[in-house]
Amino acid sequence: MPKKQFGAAAVDVDAEGFLTDLSQWTRDVAAAISKEEGIAELTPAHWKVLEFMQKEFRETGQAPSIRKLNKSGVIGTKELYDLFPGGPAKKAAKIAGLKKPEGCV
Amino acid sequence: MKRLVILGAGTGGTVMANVLRKRLAPAEWTITVVDRDTDHFYQPGFLFVPFGLYERRQLVKDRSKVLPKGVDLVVAAIEGIDPAKAEVRVAGGEALPYDLLIVATGADIVPSETPGLLDGWRDTIFDFYTMDGSAALAGKLDAFKGGTLAVHVVEMPVKCPVAPLEFTFLSDWYFRRRKLRQAVDIVFVTPLPGAFTKPVAAAVLGTLLEERRIRVVPDFGTERVDAAARKIVGFDRREVPYDLLVTVPTNMGAEVIERSGLGDELRFVPTDPKTLRSKRHDNIFVIGDATNLPSSKAGSVVHFQAEILAGNVERALAGKPLAEEFDGHANCFVETGGRKAILIDFNYEVEPLPGRFPFPVIGPLPLLKPSRLNHLGKLAFRWIYWNMMLKGRRIPFIPTRMRMAGKKRPAEENK
Repeated sequence: MPKKQFGAAAVDVDAEGFLTDLSQWTRDVAAAISKEEGIAELTPAHWKVLEFMQKEFRETGQAPSIRKLNKSGVIGTKELYDLFPGGPAKKAAKIAGLKKPEGCV
Repeated sequence: MKRLVILGAGTGGTVMANVLRKRLAPAEWTITVVDRDTDHFYQPGFLFVPFGLYERRQLVKDRSKVLPKGVDLVVAAIEGIDPAKAEVRVAGGEALPYDLLIVATGADIVPSETPGLLDGWRDTIFDFYTMDGSAALAGKLDAFKGGTLAVHVVEMPVKCPVAPLEFTFLSDWYFRRRKLRQAVDIVFVTPLPGAFTKPVAAAVLGTLLEERRIRVVPDFGTERVDAAARKIVGFDRREVPYDLLVTVPTNMGAEVIERSGLGDELRFVPTDPKTLRSKRHDNIFVIGDATNLPSSKAGSVVHFQAEILAGNVERALAGKPLAEEFDGHANCFVETGGRKAILIDFNYEVEPLPGRFPFPVIGPLPLLKPSRLNHLGKLAFRWIYWNMMLKGRRIPFIPTRMRMAGKKRPAEENK
């Protein structure tokens, strides 16, 4: 399993840099990943999304859909796309230390 | 007398009626199945209708013909489910009390979820997830002489997640046969990060689209469709112009699930992923597309669920602990055009891998590789569906739980 160094922390990641073990996630790791993804700074609005996603994942075993983020009143979809440009489901999952959104093949 | 009520007489409801009528003593249990109409469609066949390869009469049977004797079929809309009273209300009828309820109400497309989608509906915008939609699209494709064909998925999850890819491959083949391929630009628009998202499938099959000159627009979240200007508009302000839009609209569970307060944000019922019991009600079980499970919404998955669910119904009635057996197993033929198909076999944990199925080495079916034999398997499945699967018979050599035998993980993917 590849490892990736973020500051003092070495975390397990898959071939595309998604964390494979959420317990290794820290806020510093999140900040480092977000920089790589072109997001200079994680604002409170970003954190609200990331924290909701992690809570949902811990409760259900699945990352919430964009629809769920919207319906739960966490964030409007358009705003979500502005916060995480270029694919919020994928980027937010990566920064939150969750799995990449997948189809069946 | 005790009462089992099954909501929905599609694949899941019909299999459960057939299996449980054999297992529950008729002197002790009545079985009532409710559905809003009498047409049972072989839904995997819808994919072929737009290309003139199947027509309606080949894909439909009367629901009563595929249900067993000793089961009451009530044809009526379901108005509500009341778990507190343990009864179901149907339109124009008396309440149906139940001792045990199986929810098999499926999933359907909801084009009204996307602003503008209905503006061009059945004019320049079509679906292939309904019999009517597929039949209408057949006429449209026949008259299509060139331009941009966009094959589009609004949001996940959708029934048979590979169907949009299959439609894309079959379109390429269809226009090549009609000597029109040069005039048609095919673009695949998906909310996922790519056409193939699992590492091994992406590595093995990634070139299938390039070889066919199919463009992929990934990570596309659809905000609205501008039917007058013929373009799809993304939340990130990207736009995809089209001349013909073949879309898979948002898939949702039945409205009655929402009305009864039993659903999530897509009207799917929260279900235990291993036992298939409702997470909230001990006397309600859920099967197939109606569940919120991350397993694929597909008939082959229902078939594997049915066997486990039947055992768990018996365990629940005997007061025994439920078996945590369902592993998310799916086994699907994926058409790639040119009378070839890929076979994929996977579950919650294991992605589709190359190899041979069902037996190591001798196969005969190759996994994750286009072949004639897989295409013939796909065609044969229609007969298997009506004659074996719906009746709850085991399909020879196809195990309920996924097996690793015959599968090979490519060396570079070893973790």
